Amino acid sequence: MSATAHPFATRSARGRQLERMTFTVFRVATYFVLLCGLLVFGDIFVKGAHTVFQSEFPYVNVPFLTEAPESLYVFEHNGKKMELGDRAFRAFQSSEAARARAENRPVPRFKAESYVYSAGGIWPCIVGTVLLVVGSMTIALTLGVSSAIYLNEYAKDGPGVRFIRLAVLNLAGVPSIVFGLFGFGLFVIFLDWNVSLLAGWFTLAFMVLPVIITASEEALKAVPKGFREGSLALGATKWQTIRTNVLPYALPGVLTSSILGIARVAGETAPIMFTAAYVVRDKLPWEVDRLGDFFFQGVMALPYHIYVVSSKIPQNEYTARVQYGTAFVFLFIVALIALASIVFRNRMRRIYKW
Amino acid sequence: MVTATTQRSMATSTLFAIKVPPSQDLGTNRTLIEIENLDFSYGPKQALYDINLKLEEKRVTAFIGPSGCGKTTLLRCLNRMNDLIDGTVIGRGSIRINGVDIHGRGVDSIELRKRVGMVFQKSNPFPKSIYENVIYGLRIQGENDKTRLDAIVEKSLRGAALWDEVKDRLHESGLGLSGGQQQRLCIARAIAVEPEVILMDEPCSALDPVATAKIEELIQELRSHFTIVIVTHNMQQAARCSDRTAFFYLGKLIEYADTRTIFMKPANSQTEAYVSGRFG
Repeated sequence: MSATAHPFATRSARGRQLERMTFTVFRVATYFVLLCGLLVFGDIFVKGAHTVFQSEFPYVNVPFLTEAPESLYVFEHNGKKMELGDRAFRAFQSSEAARARAENRPVPRFKAESYVYSAGGIWPCIVGTVLLVVGSMTIALTLGVSSAIYLNEYAKDGPGVRFIRLAVLNLAGVPSIVFGLFGFGLFVIFLDWNVSLLAGWFTLAFMVLPVIITASEEALKAVPKGFREGSLALGATKWQTIRTNVLPYALPGVLTSSILGIARVAGETAPIMFTAAYVVRDKLPWEVDRLGDFFFQGVMALPYHIYVVSSKIPQNEYTARVQYGTAFVFLFIVALIALASIVFRNRMRRIYKW
Repeated sequence: MVTATTQRSMATSTLFAIKVPPSQDLGTNRTLIEIENLDFSYGPKQALYDINLKLEEKRVTAFIGPSGCGKTTLLRCLNRMNDLIDGTVIGRGSIRINGVDIHGRGVDSIELRKRVGMVFQKSNPFPKSIYENVIYGLRIQGENDKTRLDAIVEKSLRGAALWDEVKDRLHESGLGLSGGQQQRLCIARAIAVEPEVILMDEPCSALDPVATAKIEELIQELRSHFTIVIVTHNMQQAARCSDRTAFFYLGKLIEYADTRTIFMKPANSQTEAYVSGRFG
């Protein structure tokens, strides 16, 4: 080997082997992560699809998507096993009773086993989650973009601003249950909003604010200095400059980050369990007497429903269907909202291209 | 060796001499901008020392000097763009435009900038259509009369010698133009608000010679309507297109005179060393 003393001689076999091994470890780690992801999604997808889809027309389990949760009644009838939801079961009972009376038979009594929340659908949860996401993102974007503009464009850099930035960053590390307790203490009790949409909106908004503020600041910083100077040199005020020549070009960046915020807002259970979520509610959010009541009503929400049906009721073969079905719909809805924001973001990008 | 260097610099000097416009008695125009005993600093770092300068109306004044000599800083003082940088201080002295102290009470920097336009080193057209770029300054003043705006767009683009090149694509993005066209668009944008003064901060430093020649030609045309102050690194440019030249070095005004005098027989030895290419 000493014969190959020129500067381009190959490295020692041991060195190359070590490098190959290192990269193999990295590769295995990556595949492992991929595998975990696939398992989670695959499990939810396969099992959830059984609940959400069906083999005959219309191929989608429409009642599951459009009805409220009900108790499931399972009983034997003429040697056949019947599974009926609450309302259907009562209708069945009365029709059987009527028939029995007509035929002068004794009214039959059905010995049914009941399983709570295992029939019906999750429509109120879908509605609640969408309302929570839309409302809290509106609040979070308004507050977040405003404070980012203040911090980045107006405030003089100094200890004060640095302290605010630090505080905002630390806020991102606060566990969501603490946000829940904070919202419970401030909005539900102190401001007396009770368990309500409004309390949930603000609690969730506060939770994602750090992400929105940080990302908005980055987006504002990315807008070239020339846009600002050019505008100011033409006699525009600072606010005119920001409104017409900075903010529009920062908006796509802000939206990109808020897409991550959407997933978080939709998914968190802890902040809403004290502030906005009901285990079950028969009325839909728009069934209110006065418009003002709309903001002060609790709602059902998908993540909270998953929590309830997975850990707060007796488990059996019927609850699993609801759990996986809800999880499936939940993922689908988050994806849908995220997709909508991505489409919107891309349109903004096309308009305000630079 | 010493003799050789001197000879070469003499030769350069002659080269400049050829390019200086033929001698003409400029006379003296009314003083528009008067800078008196100006000290300026960025926080603890002083950038300008005791500047005294009178700029005449409807003349092209060039600021020359090596990097970091304060010429751009002084230029940005004239429309108070330096206000935007934290910690800048006018230590002493004043700048008067038309007799009004621009740092005085009751002077709005926004109104000042409408009168004193600026063209930047790096052309910065907004990512809007050519049309919207030109009328940006009017839009923010609330002008919405379509016929008036149309007229101003044509007038400004003609004024910036860009009309013929872009008249068929006024509603396409300003970013689609070439570098030189973009810079002329920025000039059109500046003249659309009809300022008295146009400040140009090395407007050609990013342009090729052809585009540079066009801008210089444009400056010659603009001088009859506007007072122009141009910062440049390119001494030939200063020689070609300015009436007066001010030479700065290390934050001080070293010499201010007719461009011809500065390049042909400067009074100060530092000026001579700089214009003949011995340093900087």
